[in-house]
Amino acid sequence: MTPFSFALAHSLPEAVLAIGALVLLMLGVFRAKDGRDWLISELAIGVLSLAFVLLFFNIQGSAVIWSGSFVDDAFGRFMKALALAGAIGSLVLSVDFMRREGIDLFEFPVLVVLASLGMLMLISARDLIALYLGLELMSLALYVLAAFHRDNARASEAGLKYFALGALSSGMLLYGASLIYGSAGTIQFDGIAKELQGAPSIGAVFGIVFLMAGLSFKMSLVPFHMWTPDVYEGAPTPVTAFFASAAKMAAVAITARVVMTAFPHLVSQWRQIVVFTSILSMAIGAFAAIGQTNIKRLMAYSSIGHMGFAMVGLAAGNEAGAQGVLMYMAIYLIMTLGAFAAILSMRVTGTYVENIGDLAGLAKRNGTMAFFLGAIMLSLAGIPPLAGFWAKWFVFMPAVNAGLYPLAVIGVLLSTVACFYYLRIVKLMYFDEPGLAFDKASPAVTGVLALSSLLIVLFSFWPGPIVSAAAAAAHSLF
Amino acid sequence: MFGFGILSGLIFLPLVGAAFILCLRGDDEATLNNARWAALFATVVTFLLSLWAWSRFDPASAGFQLIEEKHWLGGGLSYKLGVDGLAMPFVLLTTFLMPFAILASWESITTRVKEYMIAFLVLETLMIGVFCALDLALFYVFFEGGLIPMFLIIGVWGGKRRVYASFKFFLYTLAGSLLMLLAIMAMYGVAGTTDIEVLLKTSFPLSMQKWLWLGFFASFAVKMPMWPVHTWLPDAHVEAPTAGSVILAAILLKMGGYGFIRFSLPMFPDASHYFAPLVWTLSVIAIIYASLVALAQEDMKKLIAYSSVAHMGFVTMGLFAMTQQGVQGAIFQMISHGLVSGALFLCVGVVYDRTHTREIAAYGGLVQRMPLYAVALMIFTLANVGLPGTSGFVGEFLSLLGVFAVNSWVAFFATTGVILSAAYALFLYRRVVFGVLDKPALQGIMDLSPREIALLAPLGVLTIYYGVHPQPVLDASAASVTLLVKNYDAALAAIKTAALVAH
Repeated sequence: MTPFSFALAHSLPEAVLAIGALVLLMLGVFRAKDGRDWLISELAIGVLSLAFVLLFFNIQGSAVIWSGSFVDDAFGRFMKALALAGAIGSLVLSVDFMRREGIDLFEFPVLVVLASLGMLMLISARDLIALYLGLELMSLALYVLAAFHRDNARASEAGLKYFALGALSSGMLLYGASLIYGSAGTIQFDGIAKELQGAPSIGAVFGIVFLMAGLSFKMSLVPFHMWTPDVYEGAPTPVTAFFASAAKMAAVAITARVVMTAFPHLVSQWRQIVVFTSILSMAIGAFAAIGQTNIKRLMAYSSIGHMGFAMVGLAAGNEAGAQGVLMYMAIYLIMTLGAFAAILSMRVTGTYVENIGDLAGLAKRNGTMAFFLGAIMLSLAGIPPLAGFWAKWFVFMPAVNAGLYPLAVIGVLLSTVACFYYLRIVKLMYFDEPGLAFDKASPAVTGVLALSSLLIVLFSFWPGPIVSAAAAAAHSLF
Repeated sequence: MFGFGILSGLIFLPLVGAAFILCLRGDDEATLNNARWAALFATVVTFLLSLWAWSRFDPASAGFQLIEEKHWLGGGLSYKLGVDGLAMPFVLLTTFLMPFAILASWESITTRVKEYMIAFLVLETLMIGVFCALDLALFYVFFEGGLIPMFLIIGVWGGKRRVYASFKFFLYTLAGSLLMLLAIMAMYGVAGTTDIEVLLKTSFPLSMQKWLWLGFFASFAVKMPMWPVHTWLPDAHVEAPTAGSVILAAILLKMGGYGFIRFSLPMFPDASHYFAPLVWTLSVIAIIYASLVALAQEDMKKLIAYSSVAHMGFVTMGLFAMTQQGVQGAIFQMISHGLVSGALFLCVGVVYDRTHTREIAAYGGLVQRMPLYAVALMIFTLANVGLPGTSGFVGEFLSLLGVFAVNSWVAFFATTGVILSAAYALFLYRRVVFGVLDKPALQGIMDLSPREIALLAPLGVLTIYYGVHPQPVLDASAASVTLLVKNYDAALAAIKTAALVAH
């Protein structure tokens, strides 16, 4: 039995978020007038930042605490840092938007903090129960967030759709978990790994399939992606940014952790699922996005495609592959936040617009924003020297070296297809004649956009720290 | 400086110029002129620095020189630069032609001048990087990164069908390059590094070589471009602004040839030998087919574009002969084609700026109003044909000689291309320059301005100088080519011995 102080020290960020969320809720209830946001967003950003900073206090080693259900390791810290960065970024983006739309209620930042807590729990989960608890804490908060604009029919539809399909996926995940428990006789990941060696039982295989299906819902991998475009389009834009950034980090992190630590001996079993969903996601992400006119829907398909690419690294099933996934998610996070910051800058005479055509001729009206968004789009397309290229480099490299040539070839060819619609946005901004001018974006939004695109452009000059951090994080899984 | 050498200086100087132009504020004529002068200054200084690099370069040595290496991504990837006799001529060609590209855009580009100059300077950085990189990942970054500025140059400042042309250019090249990327990753898997010097010494198993070769071939064949993946080139050339066409024809196409010499031939000798007949076939088809297509063109730029495809056919044919003459001829042909096709596009730009049409039928009898122009165009047309005494002859002759020693039928069919090239080039010249000057639009046309003379004269002088005295270019690459051919023959001999032992 580990001492309580030791356990607390290793789960301090989670504790900060849990207490912070409750305190913020009380503050909101007693101080906020008419339920309006009263510095709660700013305080929530502070709480998330504090948790972010605390992650770096215990940079060494790993610890298994809370009766083996929770692990604090380099992998977890890396992914938690990404998830928290996504949450902070989304909150920063949200303040101005919520105020303008008249939905700046104090519950919003509190729900974001609670969802982040769920993500952190999920990333650190070391058994199936903890996995489910973290996932549900995260998801329940996300369902509410999707429908946060409650007077808006599309937002309500998005929330309901997300809830219904999310509940279905949770059911599948639980069913899978119970089958795995039935085969292995334990819920702890290392115990499962010990039990499931050699030829797997049919129960274990089915368990893995259902578990992966449940997790694929959260990662919006094809064929479990149907909710994504509608929810992305309907939810308030900062919430969409939160879904696309932080929530994806947590889902991918736990998927990587489960397959690598619980089923290291069944690589050939789960690899088939990963390869299958990866190819389908890349294909749907590439082809379905071509016809989109709404930029949030486009980003939905784009994120489906990108999750497919991240799975290419996972399919390798080794340490290099895990490192690739970590690199991919880190760079994807930066690109996503930047892209949504750009979407939040699209405001014509006080109304937010979401049509891709509204970007026409942006280079002539606002050259800086066009440059930033152009860099993000080309990076999403994976063109060097931008960061998005390295993301693809790090996932395709292990796949090629693991001998997954068909997957790699299909993947790069589909990325050429995907390149088409990213280029189309660059084309709209640079080649076409300008339409209506955008209003001046808030400093916070411009700041996020500038920061993320500069990180993308300058990544090639100084990639060392993040590469070695990802390598160390990947190493801690094995 | 900060532990960086001349080559880093060459790569980053244009970026400094681009950053300076980025800082310029305002849109008045004075600011635009400042942008033009800054770009010209940056490219000229880069050229002078490359001359300094050239003076420090020892052509007698076959190895890599001016090497610099920095820790970069870890895991076998490093920021490593260096040049040898195969790369140095291309670096000089790039830095030499860039000031011409800037000068050619002096008056014809009036919209978004700053962005235009920045795009060209960034493009120069990436092109020099391609020829200097000694790390495959770094090479790929430069190679592929060049798509972005070129995409913008065609798309923003191009002609009517610019959007179609820019997308086609981008996606064609990208699809090919990504297959090369997979090959690079597979090579990393074997060697554990992307250091080109190490990879040159690594021998890959034959079955793997074939796949790797095909991966690289997909990229370089598109870039080159070889038949049948050349269709992006006429579109891109026609729609690009004059300077864009110049750089595209003179330098970007050479990246394909450079890639063959740097990677495909030395790293996969057995596969290169195995696939040589395929390359020859495609080359000969390219030479004959592209020349025939050029004969039928109505658009001057399109005609020159198809002639580029044909001339690149000579390059690939000479390279895969893998004899001293063949490879040196191919390199010379690339340098010569860089000068000549660049100059030809400049010549088209001269009349296009005046009449805003590239249609051959819209011209005729120009010699009466533009005698100087007629002379300049004649020099470059004849060089394009490969007339002895111009640089075009040396390259074609040497590559034909090289391939004749290996396969005389290939040489026979390729030589018909020389005749066809005379046909389409002289046909173009006759229709544009001779005849009656009866078009109303041409009545008041002015001869070359001093700026245009300054543009075309150095290229004309070099074309003739290299035609009668090709030694400087040949000497620069001789040692490296000798080593290349020697290693290639040794690798093939080793395979034969192994086969004999097995029997």
